[in-house]
Amino acid sequence: MEVKVRPLDCWNDFKKYRENYYRNYLEAKDKDGIRWAGSAWAFDAIPKGLGEDVYSLTGEPYGATCAFFHDFSRECLEHIERKGIARDLCGYMRNYWGSVSLNKYLLTDGTIVEPFPKPDFNFTIHICCTHAKWYHFAAELEGGVPTYAIDISVGPGYLLDDKKIEYVVRQLNDAIQWMEKLTGREYDDELLIKAVHAEADSMSTWAKICKLNQAKPAPLEEKSMFSLYVLNLINRSDPEVAKLYHKLHDEIESRVKRGIGALTFEQFRFLTDNPPPWAFLKVYRYLEKEYGAVSLGAIYTFGLAGGWMGMDEKGEKWVWEPAPTPEEAGVEITNREEALRWTAEYNLRYRASWQHEYSHWIRKLETYQMVKDWKADAMIMHLNRGCELWNMSTLEVRDYLVKHDIPVATYEGNMADPRDFDEARTFNVIDSFMQSLGVERISGK
Amino acid sequence: MGEKIGELREIKQFREWFEKRHDYAKKWKEKNGGSVVGYYCTYCPEEILYAAGILPVRILGSHEPESITRPYLHDMYCPFCHDTLAQGLEGRYDYLDGVTLAQSCLHMRQAFFSFADRVPNIEWSYYMPFPHGVNNPHAVDYARHEFEKFKTAVEEWTGTTITKKDLDSAIDVYNKNRELMMKVFEARKGEKPPITGLHAMEMVVSSQIVDKRDHNEVLESLVERLEEVEVEREIGTRLMLIGSEDDDRSFLEMVEYKINYPATFVYEENCTGARYFWGLVRKSDDSIRSLAERYVYRVPCPAKDWAVGKLLRRRFQHIERVIKEYNVEGAIIAQMKFCDPHELDIPSLRALFDKHDVKHLTLELDITQPVGQFRTRVEAFLEAMAEEDLF
Repeated sequence: MEVKVRPLDCWNDFKKYRENYYRNYLEAKDKDGIRWAGSAWAFDAIPKGLGEDVYSLTGEPYGATCAFFHDFSRECLEHIERKGIARDLCGYMRNYWGSVSLNKYLLTDGTIVEPFPKPDFNFTIHICCTHAKWYHFAAELEGGVPTYAIDISVGPGYLLDDKKIEYVVRQLNDAIQWMEKLTGREYDDELLIKAVHAEADSMSTWAKICKLNQAKPAPLEEKSMFSLYVLNLINRSDPEVAKLYHKLHDEIESRVKRGIGALTFEQFRFLTDNPPPWAFLKVYRYLEKEYGAVSLGAIYTFGLAGGWMGMDEKGEKWVWEPAPTPEEAGVEITNREEALRWTAEYNLRYRASWQHEYSHWIRKLETYQMVKDWKADAMIMHLNRGCELWNMSTLEVRDYLVKHDIPVATYEGNMADPRDFDEARTFNVIDSFMQSLGVERISGK
Repeated sequence: MGEKIGELREIKQFREWFEKRHDYAKKWKEKNGGSVVGYYCTYCPEEILYAAGILPVRILGSHEPESITRPYLHDMYCPFCHDTLAQGLEGRYDYLDGVTLAQSCLHMRQAFFSFADRVPNIEWSYYMPFPHGVNNPHAVDYARHEFEKFKTAVEEWTGTTITKKDLDSAIDVYNKNRELMMKVFEARKGEKPPITGLHAMEMVVSSQIVDKRDHNEVLESLVERLEEVEVEREIGTRLMLIGSEDDDRSFLEMVEYKINYPATFVYEENCTGARYFWGLVRKSDDSIRSLAERYVYRVPCPAKDWAVGKLLRRRFQHIERVIKEYNVEGAIIAQMKFCDPHELDIPSLRALFDKHDVKHLTLELDITQPVGQFRTRVEAFLEAMAEEDLF
């Protein structure tokens, strides 16, 4: 299918926001601001109540940025391994630790700045085996930076009950008191309320954008989506981020109406799984150029940044519909307790990427439904040695899809360790897979 | 003249239970007519199962090479998970009626799900969300809530009602087991520990797979006879074993009985050692809450031990106490390959040992152990320690 294409109008807005984000964190002290660091999954609306000059650094996107710049990544990885860190641990984390330990900070254009800007505190969540321990050790490397982690291990959203939500809310309340004591600032509930609104708006709007990619031709391809979804991983509770997603949504909606696609020739639609090998995003370009194959997204790209309805109440079917914002749900948030309750419940119930950590059955249904809803021809799955969390259940999912006549190819790699990737072998896997499915090359090779 | 520890009938019984654990469970089932439930992690409140007349057994591996789990578990998941799932797929747990997991590390989670789905005789499975953040002040309340739900699920499945009396009785049996094992460990503080690490492991692991009442009988007898044990072997370097699940006899036997430098494990800080039984359930009107307190406040698995405001690890505080009380001279960090929670602690753990002038050696465990290579490394480690004493 020949397709009309055109660059995204708001592309540079997203690029600029991300660039400023890392620079703002670096320069926070010039403005007497507060710096905090934590997982991209941290409840980032919470520190917002400390003031409008609070700047964060989320670890996973930072680790991915490091991985993109191979040489810096190697320096970080080898440096931290010499300190006794196992090579099979989370790739993002090893890049982050290496960067901290080297005392070097990377900006999005590849500029390396010294020293590493130490956070005033670390604030994170814990769901896999890594997150809280990541920041615990980072704090030790940083000479004892105060650290607080929220335990969110309460099970999948469709099984939530009041006690589970209360467990998280109580910890969030404690965290606020801890932050107040630590920073000496009075907490502003109005800023918190504004932030939790923005968070839900950003995440639900991203879900709406992802849904638009069900169209044929697909208006977005996943490699570009990586530059778009990331704002929800660095600062989703900033109203400016929500605004940018609305702008993007309007643009994508218009592209769908006008039949504008992501690829000039779309003959094969596939989904991926797991974070990509950031140092080898050329895999996506290879598939596009050689086979007219468009990557529509993944439970990673959609689920990490989006708020989705998820499992139905009976736990029998996954529903890929955007989660409601407070306005859409008819919820009025007027005080701290309501804000904390909202953000806890929204994340626990609708953050898709948390749901399948509690059952491979959920992940099977989630993936299967995505293949159906986005009209994908196949799945190309990254068996990612860099993240044990995202690798949970991948092979069980593979088995499930194959049993339901959905073709699956797998290749091994590492999201954030460029040493763990065999480029030639991966292209070989892709060629064999496409040949077996009868997908013809379009490159004329 | 007393008997040698390995010749005591009690120790032989522990070993027999350990080696013939499947036979034991099948016979127990025949005799008692109850259900047998496998559990995947030591955070499972076994007392609730026991109170319902169920035999809880820990799912363990066999330390034999296998290749049948690769379609379901990623290669980078730990050998223990692969090994345990393999046991299920090979039918060795064909007597289990159910399987459960108190939320644990990711590897255990995936192994549990695959086990529950793919082992055909499993009729009941239960995934219990258990707090990861055992250092936060709300963990007990939350664990209590999940324990209540677990109890209800067990009652519904078995068609029984677990009364407070049933639960208290189960707690008594389990507390007795813990107290007796703590007494055995207490005896290891002395100059001549009467029990080696090998036999201590057999004692602890057998308690995870047999009826605690049976175990208590033998354990009581062992405690009574410990003073009579003839410690004929040279104690040598007092070692602490620390790390992941480790029930491989060949490794412990090699270190204590088959190398040229004498050494004795005086404490095992792992979930097939002290971490399993350390800490009692408090008697109270709210038995479920007491259970929750015990499991939250026990010496934590590294998967659950991290900063909540204070930059402290509770496990490290415990280890520091053990170093002093047990006069630990060296530590072997036996790290299960790919076990992230332990790997995440190792650099800080090494620093802790350095601070206390305790020499340490890190070894990586797999399904089968390269005992020859380990022997060389352990000998070199002990030799280096001896040289330091010399000069």
